[in-house]
Amino acid sequence: MNQTLLRLIVNRVVLGFLTLLLVSMVIFTITNMLPGDAAQQFLGQAATAETVAALRTEMGLDLPFMTRYIDWLGGLFVGDAGLSMVNNLPVTELVATRLPNTLYLAALVTLVSVPVALFIGIFSAMYRGSWFDRYSNVFAVFAVSVPEFLIATVAVLLFAVHLGWLSALSHIEGAQTVGELLKAFVMPVLTLCCVLVAQMARMTRAAVIDQLNSSYVEMALLKGARPIRAVLRHALPNAIGPIANAIALSLSYLLGGVIIVESIFNYPGVATLMLNAVSTRDMPLVQACAMLFCFGYLILVLLADISEILSNPRLRK
Amino acid sequence: MKDDKKNSLLDQQSSTEMQQGISRRQVLQGMMGGGLVAAGSGVLAPGSSLVFADTTEPKRGGKVKVASQSGSTADTLDPAKGSGSTDYTRQYMFYNGLTMLDHTLTPQMVLAESFDTQDAQNWVIKLRKGVNFHDGKPFTSADVVYSLNRHKDPKVASKVATVASQMQEIKAVGKEEVHIRLATKNADFPAMLAVSHFLIVRDGTTDFSIANGTGAFICKEFQPGIRSVGVRNPDYWKKGQPYLDEVELFSIPDEPARVNALLSGDVQLINSVNPRSMGKLNDNPSTRILQSNSGGYTNLVMRDHLGPVQNPDFALGMKALINREQILHVACRGFGTIANDQPIPKGHRYYMGDLPQNDFDPEKAKYHFKKAGVLGQSIPMVASPAADNSVEMAQLIQLSGRQVGLKLDVKRVPADGYWSNHWMKDSLGFSNINPRPTADLVFSLFFESSAKWNESGWKSDKFDQLLLAARGETNESKRKQMYGDMQVLVHDHCGVAIPTFSSINDACSMKLGGYKPHPLGGFMGYMFAEQVWLEA
Repeated sequence: MNQTLLRLIVNRVVLGFLTLLLVSMVIFTITNMLPGDAAQQFLGQAATAETVAALRTEMGLDLPFMTRYIDWLGGLFVGDAGLSMVNNLPVTELVATRLPNTLYLAALVTLVSVPVALFIGIFSAMYRGSWFDRYSNVFAVFAVSVPEFLIATVAVLLFAVHLGWLSALSHIEGAQTVGELLKAFVMPVLTLCCVLVAQMARMTRAAVIDQLNSSYVEMALLKGARPIRAVLRHALPNAIGPIANAIALSLSYLLGGVIIVESIFNYPGVATLMLNAVSTRDMPLVQACAMLFCFGYLILVLLADISEILSNPRLRK
Repeated sequence: MKDDKKNSLLDQQSSTEMQQGISRRQVLQGMMGGGLVAAGSGVLAPGSSLVFADTTEPKRGGKVKVASQSGSTADTLDPAKGSGSTDYTRQYMFYNGLTMLDHTLTPQMVLAESFDTQDAQNWVIKLRKGVNFHDGKPFTSADVVYSLNRHKDPKVASKVATVASQMQEIKAVGKEEVHIRLATKNADFPAMLAVSHFLIVRDGTTDFSIANGTGAFICKEFQPGIRSVGVRNPDYWKKGQPYLDEVELFSIPDEPARVNALLSGDVQLINSVNPRSMGKLNDNPSTRILQSNSGGYTNLVMRDHLGPVQNPDFALGMKALINREQILHVACRGFGTIANDQPIPKGHRYYMGDLPQNDFDPEKAKYHFKKAGVLGQSIPMVASPAADNSVEMAQLIQLSGRQVGLKLDVKRVPADGYWSNHWMKDSLGFSNINPRPTADLVFSLFFESSAKWNESGWKSDKFDQLLLAARGETNESKRKQMYGDMQVLVHDHCGVAIPTFSSINDACSMKLGGYKPHPLGGFMGYMFAEQVWLEA
């Protein structure tokens, strides 16, 4: 690895950290601006001015803004996101019970969607205007524009309620065999794939076509390279940057954006955890989840950036 | 057929019919789709589906999965902190109370053998013998004293701290007797202790990450916001019960997803079914709807310058403006019963039947509004999804208002934060009251002059005196008369209009036996777990 390459990567990582710091400020400010707080929410209908004030002092909600921010940020650095205001459990523990589920689902979706999307994208780019290209285009536009709650609901009605083939809920605790696991995951994974594959395939297609139109691919073809070689050997390596970006953008959505899929299939992931936290005004948990989503997003973008840098032959001298 | 179904859905309002196990809906449904029912559930006679569930002998064994409407990381195993149906249901699986309320809301003994008193103020409670906690320790008076005293500790933040403050002295006499002295007389004391918050935990318990109770199920797993699993307590003191081997309880907050989970057979019981889903559940041969009438209601609250204190004519006008039939059939889709601006439902032992029914009377409403001088003004009326059906109700009342020249400006606000930002703050708005176990509790929580939740800010010395006297009255007929008088006062003078009582809608698989409606809440008053069984 040479100096330029290393410098670029280090630059990206440092930028990522700065972004995260900025994000932490935004999250903390915004969550503090939300109406109502945990003290009020916890006491509910029984709240009186005195009891709310007493509980606020106990929860440390009456300290100055900056003090609380620095305390919180310091805690995050050592992996302590504070205590949940609702049930006094460590926030990290709460997140730790849900995060594996989310990552599990995300991994399965990635495993299915990325190869499929790459295949569709590359092939429709190679055979532009063919029936395959046209149908996959129509499908992609359709899948992107139909909201996932509709796909999920229709899938449940069809496969779980009417046909009885699959489970309407995605409960992984009870699933022992591979078959049961498959049964639990098929619908959520496919629902998410519908949306993601379409996005990724469209962007991959555009990136590959962009390269296929360039003069060096024309030259390769003129020199007698077969179309498959022209695409895989010549065009694709140069399209890796945009494709990686497309994949990263799509996958980042799997961390926090799957709330609808999680609630329809009753899947215990991080997104519903955050929703719970918002409704109970459990700010430490909200903040931790928000930071987690941003962190995941940054990691993915960082990976995309790095693979773009690595795939750039000009930096590899 | 559509009309039949509509009528038949209305027919099943009567909970007594449901309690007998068969309603006309079931017969109609059976006759209309007899073949389908028979094919689906293995029953031959049309309409017999409910009968078979209630007449067959309970069966042992099986696992049941139950989905409730709400759940979050705030879920708790601490009875003092329970809020919402999921908490109550979970806690009734693992713990017992001293008493319980049956489906007529009469208190029955559970861990107590008897409640004795001479003056409704000093109570002697004899405890059941031979009961053990899940960890093997025998149940004694110390556990009762500890459990009840907890609520008075501000650090516990008990939801029933105010109710518990009535118990001035709680002392153990020997291992099997507890003496309690109340601050004032209260003949309803045994009923008061029947709510889930007063379930009995072991002496000294402070850790509620796992439940240690005397209940029918042993807590195998508890993950807040995810699920709770209870397994059969082999040493349960009720002979033969529970019937199930395992109960798994989790929440599916999304209503359509909850209904779909039942339809697909993933769960066997759900609560809080929206009337919109009734058709789907009715059509499916393997599921049935379980409905019970309750004393819960959504009410219109008039306070400040619009309330009875400053403007009694406005309150009277609004009561005459409300078209109850319309609200029941349109806003509540027929699920509920007509109410009469006072909180005691028909069928309750203290219901006052002679009260004239307030009904839609535009002329009368107009007369009162004119007298109040509000015609021609635009009056904001706040509604929110937080108070069930209130948005629809508000729109209907707005339309009725237009007929008499009253301009109501419906303001729809989000459910989030409604109870802290709008409830009891708006001059004209809606509230939603859950069923309460006793008439005394409803009146003292929401209508007594000094009540913190006196929604309309109504003050009546006469009412307060009656309430206090009724609480200490041990003569049933005198007591009934007093509660009747209180209903008249609320009906005539209070700034709270109660158009309808709501119904509680659960749904379950045809395979679930032993299920009976309960007026206090879904899931058989949250106590289904030890009473139901699974047909093979």
